[in-house]
Amino acid sequence: MSAREQWIAFMTLMVKEIRRFSRIWQQTLLPPAITIALYFVIFGTLIGPRIGTMSGFTYMEFVVPGLIMLAVITNSFGNVVSSFFGSKFAGNIEELLVSPTPNYIILAGYVLGGVTRGLTVGFIVTLLSLFFTKLQIQHLGVTIGVVIMTSILFSLAGLINAVYAKNFDDISIIPTFVLTPLTYLGGVFYSVSLLPEFWQKVSLLNPVLYMVNAFRYGLLGVSDIHVGWAFLMLSVFIAGLFLFALHLLKNGKNLRS
Amino acid sequence: MNSELPALCIKGLTKVYDNGFQALKGVDLDVMPGDFFALLGPNGAGKSTIIGIISSLVRKTTGSVAVFGHDIDQDFPRAKKDVGVVPQEFNFNQFEKVFDIVVTQAGYYGLPRKVAEQRAEKYLRRLGLWDKQDQRSRMLSGGMKRRLMIARALVHEPRLLILDEPTAGVDIELRRSLWDFLREINEQGTTIILTTHYLEEAESLCRRIAIIDQGLITQNTTTRELLSQLDKEVFVIDTQEVLNTCPQLDGYATALIDSHSFEVVVEKGQSLNDVFAPLTVQGIHVSSLRNKANRLEELFLSLVNGGSGQSESVSAEDSE
Repeated sequence: MSAREQWIAFMTLMVKEIRRFSRIWQQTLLPPAITIALYFVIFGTLIGPRIGTMSGFTYMEFVVPGLIMLAVITNSFGNVVSSFFGSKFAGNIEELLVSPTPNYIILAGYVLGGVTRGLTVGFIVTLLSLFFTKLQIQHLGVTIGVVIMTSILFSLAGLINAVYAKNFDDISIIPTFVLTPLTYLGGVFYSVSLLPEFWQKVSLLNPVLYMVNAFRYGLLGVSDIHVGWAFLMLSVFIAGLFLFALHLLKNGKNLRS
Repeated sequence: MNSELPALCIKGLTKVYDNGFQALKGVDLDVMPGDFFALLGPNGAGKSTIIGIISSLVRKTTGSVAVFGHDIDQDFPRAKKDVGVVPQEFNFNQFEKVFDIVVTQAGYYGLPRKVAEQRAEKYLRRLGLWDKQDQRSRMLSGGMKRRLMIARALVHEPRLLILDEPTAGVDIELRRSLWDFLREINEQGTTIILTTHYLEEAESLCRRIAIIDQGLITQNTTTRELLSQLDKEVFVIDTQEVLNTCPQLDGYATALIDSHSFEVVVEKGQSLNDVFAPLTVQGIHVSSLRNKANRLEELFLSLVNGGSGQSESVSAEDSE
């Protein structure tokens, strides 16, 4: 395929993905907005004032960046895993596999679909947060860079999960038993400086901690870790997962017999 | 492109699945440009495996496959551009609109949106689906879904169209209209390979037929040549008069079916013409005449499983 044909194939796939989650916005965009709004009400407005300040900010100000990242992570992952597995399950992934579209375009199309949903939900949640607190972005480049890279990373993870999944149970195991614990223990609701030293060190093994803190640094200007580490970790993870996902597509793992 | 190159050239193709089942045991097959080709075989013979390998959904074990000279190992993207596949099972997104399914498929082949929309309209109109363009595909009838898959396979205008059971489960009227459509695109230059449940379909449409059995091609010749291998044909004759006993015809085996019909076996070298005169002498007038079974079906059963007649139904529903 020529570069122009590949671009057309990429845009076709990406637009199809965006159309898919837009068509079912009641299932893809509304629920995370409601869930995160409830977090704002409960943790920010009701419980937050009793907690006091955290890292020099009101609890509501502190928790908003983490909750935005929570929405971005779960929706990027969820979009790709459900869309790719759904196509595999229904058989219409064959439309792509029989076409001359290269594997990296297939990968890029699904990932960009996941990124778009992740960022859309992140944007909706950010707008909702403005009803509860004021946001002043301290480092715009860091904020945008971290949120996009995080979204790419979890979209890739979603695709890998979907490739391995053989039934619908398999696509809920990773979000339930891996993604949710990592996110909740990744400093969304608290600063790791509150933890005993041992658990602080354990927390440093959690990649989500770096993403949440780097994003919080972008918005509030405070972080439990160095932002450079976050970007390095994101870059390494993205490169690793991209190559692994490409390898799976090339070998036709669970796609070609 | 050199028009002398086969549309499809398969050499020494083997496939062993992960569970150890050997679906193909060294298939050699050439399909020339412009052919209307039937691939027949009993369940599990390897037809769907061959189609799967050509379309990249199945990985071959050994051997080579080339589409219009493009080897799938060396330039699969180029080979894929020349192939359109209509699978046996409905495999489009049931929640997408008919028009979007066809346009999206065109996009995967790199066709610009405007061209894709024009082609989608062209093929949806030709297949009688244009008025359904805005319907979700799950709302279509079975016949419409099958036509949608054909439109989708044609939207990038492949030179080789492969149809796996294209008329399975469609009514007679629609089957005939699909036959007309396939004849039309074949006359316009598209090479067609089909597997079919209906041997009448292969006999009516295809100029060449290959029979695959247990992973090997056992016959590959013209339809006419293949049918000439028939040792005998059985005809059913309906009569105007009531038959109390079976008419006797010298040199022909006959058997009474009911009071107005009997069957006669015409062996190779005998002529059906010679049946009528003795009947007239016996005061029996023929009102109609038909083959007892499809001729190709009789031959197929004799070629597969050694003519035991215990072959599974002639279908392409391969188990692999």
